[in-house]
Amino acid sequence: MNKKTKWGALAAVGVLVIAFGWLIYGGLDSNVVYFLTPKELAAKGEKGFDVPVRLGGQVKPGSVKWDEKALDLSFAVTDGTGEIAVHSHGAPPQMFKDGQGVVVEGRYGRDLVFQSTSLMVKHSNEYKAPAKGERPAEMYKSLMKSQGT
Amino acid sequence: MIRLIASNAILVALVVTALGAILTPVAILRGRRDWLSFSFAAVYTNFALVTVSTLALVWGLVSHDFSISYVAQVGSRATPTFYTIISLWGALEGSIVFWAWVLGMYAAAVVWFNRKREGNLVPYAAMALLLVALFFHILLLGPANPFQAVFPVPFDGPGPNPLLQNHILMGVHPPLLYLGYVGMTVPFAFAVGAMLSGEVASDDWIRLTRRWTLVAWGFLTAAIIAGMWWSYEVLGWGGYWAWDPVENASFIPWLTCTAYLHSVMVQERRGMLKLWNLNLMVGTFVLTILGTFLTRSGIISSVHAFTQGTIGYYFLGFIAVVLLSTLILVAGNSDKLGSEGKLDAPLSRETAFLLQNMFFTVFMFTVLIGTLFPLVAELVRGVKVSVGTPFFNKMSIPLMVALLFLMGVGPVLPWRKGAGPELKGKLTAGVVLGLLFGVVGLVMGARNAYAVLSFTFAGFALGANVGEFVRGANARVRAHGESWLVALSRLVAGNRRRFGGYVAHIGVVLVALGVTASGTFKKEQEATLTPGQSMTVSGHTVRFKNAWLREEKQRQVVGATMEIMDGTRVSATVEPRMNYYPTSQQPVPTPQVKSTWSGDIYLNLMAFKQDGSNVTVKVIWEPLVPWIWFGGFVICFGAILGILPTRREAAVASAPAGGTP
Repeated sequence: MNKKTKWGALAAVGVLVIAFGWLIYGGLDSNVVYFLTPKELAAKGEKGFDVPVRLGGQVKPGSVKWDEKALDLSFAVTDGTGEIAVHSHGAPPQMFKDGQGVVVEGRYGRDLVFQSTSLMVKHSNEYKAPAKGERPAEMYKSLMKSQGT
Repeated sequence: MIRLIASNAILVALVVTALGAILTPVAILRGRRDWLSFSFAAVYTNFALVTVSTLALVWGLVSHDFSISYVAQVGSRATPTFYTIISLWGALEGSIVFWAWVLGMYAAAVVWFNRKREGNLVPYAAMALLLVALFFHILLLGPANPFQAVFPVPFDGPGPNPLLQNHILMGVHPPLLYLGYVGMTVPFAFAVGAMLSGEVASDDWIRLTRRWTLVAWGFLTAAIIAGMWWSYEVLGWGGYWAWDPVENASFIPWLTCTAYLHSVMVQERRGMLKLWNLNLMVGTFVLTILGTFLTRSGIISSVHAFTQGTIGYYFLGFIAVVLLSTLILVAGNSDKLGSEGKLDAPLSRETAFLLQNMFFTVFMFTVLIGTLFPLVAELVRGVKVSVGTPFFNKMSIPLMVALLFLMGVGPVLPWRKGAGPELKGKLTAGVVLGLLFGVVGLVMGARNAYAVLSFTFAGFALGANVGEFVRGANARVRAHGESWLVALSRLVAGNRRRFGGYVAHIGVVLVALGVTASGTFKKEQEATLTPGQSMTVSGHTVRFKNAWLREEKQRQVVGATMEIMDGTRVSATVEPRMNYYPTSQQPVPTPQVKSTWSGDIYLNLMAFKQDGSNVTVKVIWEPLVPWIWFGGFVICFGAILGILPTRREAAVASAPAGGTP
């Protein structure tokens, strides 16, 4: 390979790398999901609307409305100071209840309702054995005893 | 007692690997080749010691010896024995023990199969393997020690993570992954050996490494597919790939290794790309360690990540050492890595391989950057972000479509010279099949351009690769008058590597069809049903019969009996469940899948009324998803074809004299 073609090849690789970097940057810029609390989301104002967000906080006690026929779920997520109304479709996870930590993924609409595409109950990702005396299984003992198969 | 045996075995193994590794360069530099048998012995001894340690830990688990910290952490008397045994890899410390065992096994096998080879390549490769083993022994005696004493000894333990004891694939996916991941150490070690011994200029070491790389690649491929399957069967969301950081961690080295398997053919044929191949090999190994760092340091959260304190620093240190030392080695050998051939014609197989390598490399960087970006963003800007599926899909789908196209073009292009008139005949089958698949996709309702292209190119690649078998067999029938099936089997036996590759391509086509169809035509619906009520998704009707509760030894199970209807007749009964483990706050979903050749009916129990009067179920129609798993088997079959010795090699091996081939 002579010097001229070597520089030509280097230049071509350089152009490719820059093009690739630009693509990646554009892709990341429009697809990064920010993890925000209700307070932070509200503080974003105009920039907080209609962009993908992961909203984290607690389910505000007393705010849950669940229509099991229409599979419609409405509740509010709070972080103590801020509060955002959330609407989602589909059955909530089993552990979903008042005061439970949740992570809701979706977009905040201009109607000030956060439309959720996925609802997760927040729990420690690391597996932990329950504390002494804590028996999660007991809760389900009463379950459908009469039903049987 | 068990504890002491297991932990002392690791301590002795640490000393043995260190001594063996130091001895190798001393022996070579002093010209005392007879000493090398001691460093080979160190490899075997290490394997024996790690085996003792692993078996002791398994025995500790099975015998519920809660005085061992790892057993106290993951064991439980109520867990079935199968899940007790496989909890060996259910948490950090045990998984490192298993890793060390697999590495010990590979090292022993490498040395055993190459013990008679002349030259310094194998001793130096053995040294590299010993050094990697040494790192894992340090982990086992430091931050990942499973053999700490527990006092007072508890009577029972919490059992493994419920997610990890809910499905039989937990016994399949992790070992395959370790065999693939750890297996990448072998080609890396050979690369180090080649650079240290100066044999890097000869192609002999590349031929020696080929089969080992293919073994590791085959296991890694199988592991990735098995992991997708596990995720599909267990997690209950109806998907098989979420671009989760840990999935990415297994996929990134697979990309570089797949690139290597192709570009190495250019080196063997044309003497080109030597430096590039070396970098791919070293890079693949470093990426496996990086992947382990991501999954084992707790730096990201995921179902696979085990949070731990300081182990991340050990991994970062190790990565730095490996990168720095190999960089020095590559720089020192760069004069021997020049290209012998050059690209002669733009439309040749070399060009297809070059493009394939470029796309795979871009793909690798895309996934790597997307995976690491949240870490960087948090470090640099202090914001918590995640990079979601849209980014990965947007970037990777065009690449995958282009690669499908190349998979059809590559095999029909000739080496070196530009394509001639015979190309037209070779392309006919692919073009016809491609158009057919594309039209079927359109008729089925695909409107996304990439989806239609993906169907088209999948058909094209299928036609081109199957065409190679048909043309080859036909030629034999004409030349030797054999029957067609005999001709086909002799054709494949004559060049297992080449046709193994085409078989793998056909497997990839099946996977691509499954992924494209399920991504395009998947339909899901969730509904709350009372007993006797039914729902219909994409023409498939399911009826809710009743809900029930069952007590099992280690868990309670709530289930819904669902009937899949064929008109008014019940064609099958499935029971999606939720499993409640006494030690877990969260129930583990246990979806049920009813497979047909055209797709799966996927049922997941989402919620239920305590009195059983209604349940909420999600029903998903997943077209062609079983093809993905079947395609995985086909790919592995292709890899096995490429690994088996050819008739010529077998003849050489059984010949009485003549040394290594």
